[in-house]
Amino acid sequence: MVDAAPKLSVRDLTVRYGDFTALDRISLDVLPNEIFGIIGPANSGKTSFLRALNRMEEFQPSMKVEGKIYFNGQDITAVRNVYRLRQKVGVVFPLPVGLPMSIYENVAFGPRLAGVRKRSELDEIVERCLRRAALWDEVKDRLNALGSLLSGGQQQRLTIARALSQDPELLLLDEFSIAVDPVTTMRIEDVLRELKDEVTIILVTNLVQQARRLADRTAFFLESELVEVGVTEDLFTGPVVDQRTRDYVEGRFG
Amino acid sequence: MQTDLDARGFDWYMDRAVAVGVFVGGISAIVFIIGIFLFVTREGLSFVIGPMDLKEFFGSIAWRPTSIRNPTYGILALMAGTASVTGLAMLVAVPFSLGAAIYIAEFATGRTREALKVLVELLAAIPSVVWGFIGLSIMNPLIIDLFDVPIGLTVLNAGVILGLMAAPIMTTIAEDALKAVPDSYREAAEAMGATRWQVVFQVVLPAAKNGLMAAILLGVGRGFGETMAVLMASGHSINIPTSPFDSVRALTATIAAELGDTAVGSDHYGVLFTLGIFLFLVTFVINLTADLVVRGVREQ
Ligand SMILES: Nc1ncnc2c1ncn2[C@@H]1O[C@H](COP(=O)(O)OP(=O)(O)OP(=O)(O)O)[C@@H](O)[C@H]1O
Ligand SMILES: [Mg+2]
Repeated sequence: MVDAAPKLSVRDLTVRYGDFTALDRISLDVLPNEIFGIIGPANSGKTSFLRALNRMEEFQPSMKVEGKIYFNGQDITAVRNVYRLRQKVGVVFPLPVGLPMSIYENVAFGPRLAGVRKRSELDEIVERCLRRAALWDEVKDRLNALGSLLSGGQQQRLTIARALSQDPELLLLDEFSIAVDPVTTMRIEDVLRELKDEVTIILVTNLVQQARRLADRTAFFLESELVEVGVTEDLFTGPVVDQRTRDYVEGRFG
Repeated sequence: MQTDLDARGFDWYMDRAVAVGVFVGGISAIVFIIGIFLFVTREGLSFVIGPMDLKEFFGSIAWRPTSIRNPTYGILALMAGTASVTGLAMLVAVPFSLGAAIYIAEFATGRTREALKVLVELLAAIPSVVWGFIGLSIMNPLIIDLFDVPIGLTVLNAGVILGLMAAPIMTTIAEDALKAVPDSYREAAEAMGATRWQVVFQVVLPAAKNGLMAAILLGVGRGFGETMAVLMASGHSINIPTSPFDSVRALTATIAAELGDTAVGSDHYGVLFTLGIFLFLVTFVINLTADLVVRGVREQ
């Protein structure tokens, strides 16, 4: 793991909304095929970090990004074809978004954008992604039903299937379990463990125990700053690097 | 036993008074509409059960209500006039209004957006007689010059005028329909690597299609019922148009132009009211359809 070139290198990343600094000079590396956890209290800048990685800043008119983000060695803060970038970086938002089309079309949406037309090819992608998202068995008989009519937990897995449909190299998950019951959460966690053989995953979570269960390494964000990053278990039980991290993971915060 | 929970205080009476007031207001609107419909029906009824011949009414192009010896009441040409003008108006208004709505809702930001919205609302407030005036004094010579035709008061003129007139209100409604599509859809689609146009065409428009249909239907209803501008710009001559350069006469314009000259209770008077019933029914059906279509949106 140590000698692998990082999948993602972030250097001095600063995110501002107008005058407000949401992230202040963050630098960290994410290695290939790891699950990289990000924990931190509300408003610490976790979502802003993901937005910068996916270049979704245009939805936040006041958002300004400085610093460098190297993805496979290439700085993506200035690339022109953000559409191609977003195809390589899948995102799962906190609240599931089933697009107002059929389950099948939800998953086929990305491949279609990328120009896949053949029905057999689309069929194959849809089935593979729904299987990987542990949703196939529940929906295989009603692929033409509206995606937005699924339950919250199902929609979140549909969202994951959709995010996987373009074979992303990087998968960003933002508090995916916020609207999902514990059983479904466990199933999705299993899915993520299997996925990490193929994709690099960045997992933003409010649940420190979820980070502990899943993440190989974890970063702790606090008030726009990166306090600490390291092997997840070390944050919980290793020698104390920064007392604030230990306080946070042990729930002594405030 | 009365407790303070049963007491009828000021608030209680106030609440009751407001409830009754609102009820009366709401009901009276309905009563007025029904009253108008009954009045129109009563005035038209003498014609419907008397001299009306359904086959002639809908099948003949001969509209000669003032003929002394042999009056005929065929509205085919009038319907063709209304239909051709409304149809052309929609050809103009649909692309304009949908384009404007898409631009305002999906692409324009900040000041531009606000300015455009105000502008569209201003346009919607222009009285129809002003549009008719534009048709008469600007479009008319323009068409004569441009196409080298003897008269510019034609289907083309009235259709374009009516289209421009209906476009602003259609834009407003269509924009509302687009705005009702949650941003999370747009964001999810863009996160998949869709471009803005792909988002608009593959996600937003399909999601808003019922609202957009309703906007178009309301535009049709507007075109159908418009009187003054059409009267002024269409040439007002009875004709089944074979080209956009023919003059026509619309149903509404006929009523407006002729009702003043009829004797109350005469056949001519009755037939004009029958036209009114007909228009009423058609617009009712159009609005009802629009309403049902919009309801379809909510149920999704
Ligand atoms: N579009 C925006 N405009 C202005 N300020 C914003 C915007 N988005 C986020 N912020 C601010 O930036 C800070 C960090 O927000 P961010 O969403 O990154 O936090 P977070 O760590 O994801 O929090 P949570 O755990 O609640 O999701 C917050 O103080 C927030 O108010
Ligand atoms: Mg967040």
